[in-house]
Amino acid sequence: MGLLDFFKKIEPDKQKSGFLHTLYDGFFTFLFVPNKRPKNASHVHDHIDLKRTMIFVVYALIPLYIFGMYNVGHQHYLAMGEMTGLTEGLGAKFLYGALKVLPIYVISMVVGLGIEFYFAYKKGHGIEEGYLVTGALIPLIMPASLPYWILVLAIVFAVLIGKEAFGGTGMNVVNVALLARVFVFFAYPTSISGDAVWVSGVDGFTGATPLAMASSGGWTEVISHYTPEQMFWGVIPGSIGETSKPLIILGALFLLLSRIASWRIILGGIIGMSVMGLIFNAFGGSNAYMNVPWYDHFLMGSFLFAISFMATDPVTAASTNRGKWIYGLLIGAIGLVIRVSNPAYPEGWMLAILLLNVFAPLIDYFVLQGNMKKRLKRA
Amino acid sequence: MELFNIFIKSAFVENMVLAYFLGMCSFLAVSKTVKTAIGLGLAVIFVLGITVPINWLINHYLLSANGLFHMDLTFLRFIIFIAVIASMVQLVEMVVEKVSPALYNSLGIFLPLITVNCAIMGGSLFMVSREYNLPESVAYGLGGGLGWFLAIVAFAAIREKMAYSNVPAPLRGLGIAFILTGLMGLAFMSLAGI
Repeated sequence: MGLLDFFKKIEPDKQKSGFLHTLYDGFFTFLFVPNKRPKNASHVHDHIDLKRTMIFVVYALIPLYIFGMYNVGHQHYLAMGEMTGLTEGLGAKFLYGALKVLPIYVISMVVGLGIEFYFAYKKGHGIEEGYLVTGALIPLIMPASLPYWILVLAIVFAVLIGKEAFGGTGMNVVNVALLARVFVFFAYPTSISGDAVWVSGVDGFTGATPLAMASSGGWTEVISHYTPEQMFWGVIPGSIGETSKPLIILGALFLLLSRIASWRIILGGIIGMSVMGLIFNAFGGSNAYMNVPWYDHFLMGSFLFAISFMATDPVTAASTNRGKWIYGLLIGAIGLVIRVSNPAYPEGWMLAILLLNVFAPLIDYFVLQGNMKKRLKRA
Repeated sequence: MELFNIFIKSAFVENMVLAYFLGMCSFLAVSKTVKTAIGLGLAVIFVLGITVPINWLINHYLLSANGLFHMDLTFLRFIIFIAVIASMVQLVEMVVEKVSPALYNSLGIFLPLITVNCAIMGGSLFMVSREYNLPESVAYGLGGGLGWFLAIVAFAAIREKMAYSNVPAPLRGLGIAFILTGLMGLAFMSLAGI
């Protein structure tokens, strides 16, 4: 136990240097599960504490990061017309992507965790690790061409107003990562909107995303640019984390098996979107976008990413079982309505989840009231 | 279809509280529990749904230049609208007192204060400035009321849940309520443009 001894040796004095001790405590419990036992009432303890829960989500995101780095490089070289083969120049593409993605990740972590550490110290209790996941999600949903100062501003806004003002991890009403993105979306609409693709490092390269194509010419327009296979495997331009569907499904399966994500929300979202898609197909008439086959909506945009990693956030989602079904179904349905019928926003999941975050406590309230009534009747 | 559009638009897109920030006083004051919020929300739906069409009739047939008096009486608009609203609120108050004394007590002074709720007056004035016709003003009144209802009920549910949060001391109470209202406004912007 060399590491444990080392940590015991460098432990700062809690009275003399409080801030250092907070920092120390945060990193120490990150590496080791604390072995303190409750002294008073009986408590059941599990090895899965908040830190372990959070790090599982980060594990699920790692494949997306690795593929995202490759894809950023691949799209860059593709736009320049060099090394167009998928496996050509793997190292160069990966390196280029890493140089784009890693700075965003580092900034996100330094800024967000800095605020987190400061508040933990001010409130006088241990560091809460909620930001580990938020900080890993933010780079995946931002365009890599975003200026760093906007990124910093968005993170500061989301963490301060969205989380710390409400009392820290576990108390936030809306998803912090989504709040950061919504902040950029509404405050700097030119840098992120979802209809034009970004390909980093190539000046003057413009193109439409599959969503914008679908809104102008329907599904036929989309597949004239990208094959369904390309969209499934994710070698298309897009936000860093959203393009590769198999890796997202892999991550989601991991979260489901470890029981961290709720299968009710994910399944509810998929059903909600499919039903809404079928309704649009049935009554679409001559509108090209409404006639996009419902199953093809899964391939475009970020539905899978949003429903597996954003909607399942246990803090902001509904917490009753029936509530989770309603929550998921409504996200799927409203998100697709926004995507298809709202010309202002090409993609709807971010806003649909945010809207349902606001209504989740209300859904829970009515589910609980319903249960109480049922039990009263039974008694 | 046009009516349905106006209804949805006034409920979600142009939400009285979260887009125009009208009717904030009772929105903040009566949203501590979901139950009273539902009561007040229903009262607002009723009052808004009734007063907007009535005010439309008055505005169209009595106050406008080609109305009953053949005079441009629109300068009386504010005072007459307020009188209509006040009498409708009186009606609601009597009904609530009779049907549910518990709700009547928990709403307290805020029930008569619907009279001066800016959302109600705002509804009637928006109806005039947007030149709605009678069916449209019914849809607008009900939709606006529904939007106000949804906003206050969701807000109350969040506040009930937030009773367990360790909010920083300077923000406790109204401070966090204002921040929360702003965040809800952001979320409601998702439907703008439909």
